[in-house]
Amino acid sequence: MSCPGLEVALRRRREQGGKSLVPYLTGGLGDWTTILLAAADAGADAIEVGIPFSDPVMDGPVIQQANDLALAAGATPPGILDALSGLDAGVPLAVMTYANLVYRFGWERFASRCAAVGVSGAILPDIPLEEVGPWAAAADAAGVATVLLAAPTTPDDRLAAICERGRGFLYAVGLLGITGERDSLAASAKVIAARAKQVTDLPVLVGVGIGTPRQAVEVCEVADGVVVGSAFVRRMVETGSPEAVAELVEEFRSALDAG
Amino acid sequence: MSDQPVMGEPTPGGRFGDFGGMFVPETLVPACLELDRAFRDAWADGGFRAELDALLGDYAGRPSPLTRCQRLGDELGGVTLLLKREDLNHTGSHKINNVLGQALLAKRMGKDRLVAETGAGQHGVATATAAALLGQRCTVYMGEVDMARQELNVFRMRLLGAEVKPAASGSRTLKDAVNEAMRDWVATVEDTHYCLGSVMGPHPYPWMVREFHRVLGIEAREQCVALLGDVPDVVVACVGGGSNAAGIFSGFADDRSELVGVEPAGGAAIGGGIPGIVHGMQSFLKQDEFGQVEEAQSISAGLDYPGVGPEHAHLAASGRAIYPSVTDAEVIDAFQLLSRTEGIIPALEPAHALAWVSRERASLVGRSVLVSLSGRGDKDVAQMMEVLGP
Repeated sequence: MSCPGLEVALRRRREQGGKSLVPYLTGGLGDWTTILLAAADAGADAIEVGIPFSDPVMDGPVIQQANDLALAAGATPPGILDALSGLDAGVPLAVMTYANLVYRFGWERFASRCAAVGVSGAILPDIPLEEVGPWAAAADAAGVATVLLAAPTTPDDRLAAICERGRGFLYAVGLLGITGERDSLAASAKVIAARAKQVTDLPVLVGVGIGTPRQAVEVCEVADGVVVGSAFVRRMVETGSPEAVAELVEEFRSALDAG
Repeated sequence: MSDQPVMGEPTPGGRFGDFGGMFVPETLVPACLELDRAFRDAWADGGFRAELDALLGDYAGRPSPLTRCQRLGDELGGVTLLLKREDLNHTGSHKINNVLGQALLAKRMGKDRLVAETGAGQHGVATATAAALLGQRCTVYMGEVDMARQELNVFRMRLLGAEVKPAASGSRTLKDAVNEAMRDWVATVEDTHYCLGSVMGPHPYPWMVREFHRVLGIEAREQCVALLGDVPDVVVACVGGGSNAAGIFSGFADDRSELVGVEPAGGAAIGGGIPGIVHGMQSFLKQDEFGQVEEAQSISAGLDYPGVGPEHAHLAASGRAIYPSVTDAEVIDAFQLLSRTEGIIPALEPAHALAWVSRERASLVGRSVLVSLSGRGDKDVAQMMEVLGP
């Protein structure tokens, strides 16, 4: 079954009046492909697959630990992309990793390999606007969306430039800090979402610091959707169970659908 | 890019040839851009320069002397050997030059907290010192492994009022301390300045830190010319990230002097020759076939870094400097050699530079060689007692 690309799927959800849910799952961790399929079936709009890197500076303890476990189990970028090949998730897939793994793979080779295995977007948090040229050119040529990040510290003129160059969706970083669950939604989350919505037609998804369905609903009063990482990865690490992850997807899904 | 002056300003995007740049999360980009503007402004401000010069003189003890090593030069077979004595600076290494500059700059930017990474502890101690002097809060990240290796420096930092936090992930050494410092900065960027300790990281750090260490090269050149009537034939410095090397090389970039940066064999980023992107910069990087960063292995905690400053990558690629490596065993010999012949116990880091001189002595006879003695060996004495026996 062919599925729509990342941006098409997220726009469609918005046009239907819904909110997008994009779970982040660590590639190479346990039975991750089965977990991915279960998360897709349970109502994710797209799945973000993390490719573990030795030095993930944007990530907090939960994703760091998952990275280390996956790396110790032998996870590699080509191995993870190979595993995605032929995986019929029925929802768009994006990869999230860091610049060096892609640089080492080769910008063009990585982009075309992504396209070949059905990955339609890539999030590379340590490649900001200033440095995105070589990667974005390769990604554009291969038909892979370069998702860019905007942060609470991003000034207005820069935010507009990021939205202009970004593809797939705008990844609005919800707070000043690294990935991880927080007790409550940071005030900055809705602020950055609202600022982004004013300057772009791209779907605006908030990630970093969204750990509960309640927080997801709250930020989606403004945002078009959420990226949720550590909460899912923690469940992957703690249970290794596709059903347990799917259950959490369903909780987020029904909360977002109920508004 | 070939029209770039040697060791001049990088491109506006922070490039030295193909290397450098600003590979940081978006949250930090505005802070890096702000730092670039603030540094340019301060560096062009005579008042800032005078304030820094006064601190370097009255507080840090600059200028540091140039010492001619007659006995060691003779022992090497007739080498004119000169040491630039950064070991005599306050806090015991060249690191103080950079931290005083950055701490003053942070104050000028209205940021009252410093965060830093440290390997051997020298940069951490220097940062804690500057923070104490200027009344700033200070948090230093240090790999758990390094905290055990350098527990006296951990105590020093705490004595100076800094908070020392362990980096417990990955290899638990310098690269992981950098990761933790960057994670801290991502969360605290509004009131915190990241006081990076070497000529690495995102633009403008490689350039700014080199400029803060340029004083080392300027002094050394003047001192060499006064003593020899000429610049030295060879200038040698150890390279982890490469800050003392950048400082001393900058004084001789336009001269005929050969520039030699000495890497540890177990952490030879340039020697390994694989380009990579980590900690904000494009440079050479020790890594596996997939791009996972590998641990550096060196007897010296201060050189246990898998990357190298991007300007050094460029100096290597352009042929202006060479970057050989030495083994731990050669370093241990050189550490003892200088102690015994000159009454100077060097830190293990500059012992790398001395080890290269000792190994290459045959080709250096009759020539003048300037070595950056970037730090003193007090911090390493306990470790060396374990290696050599009491």
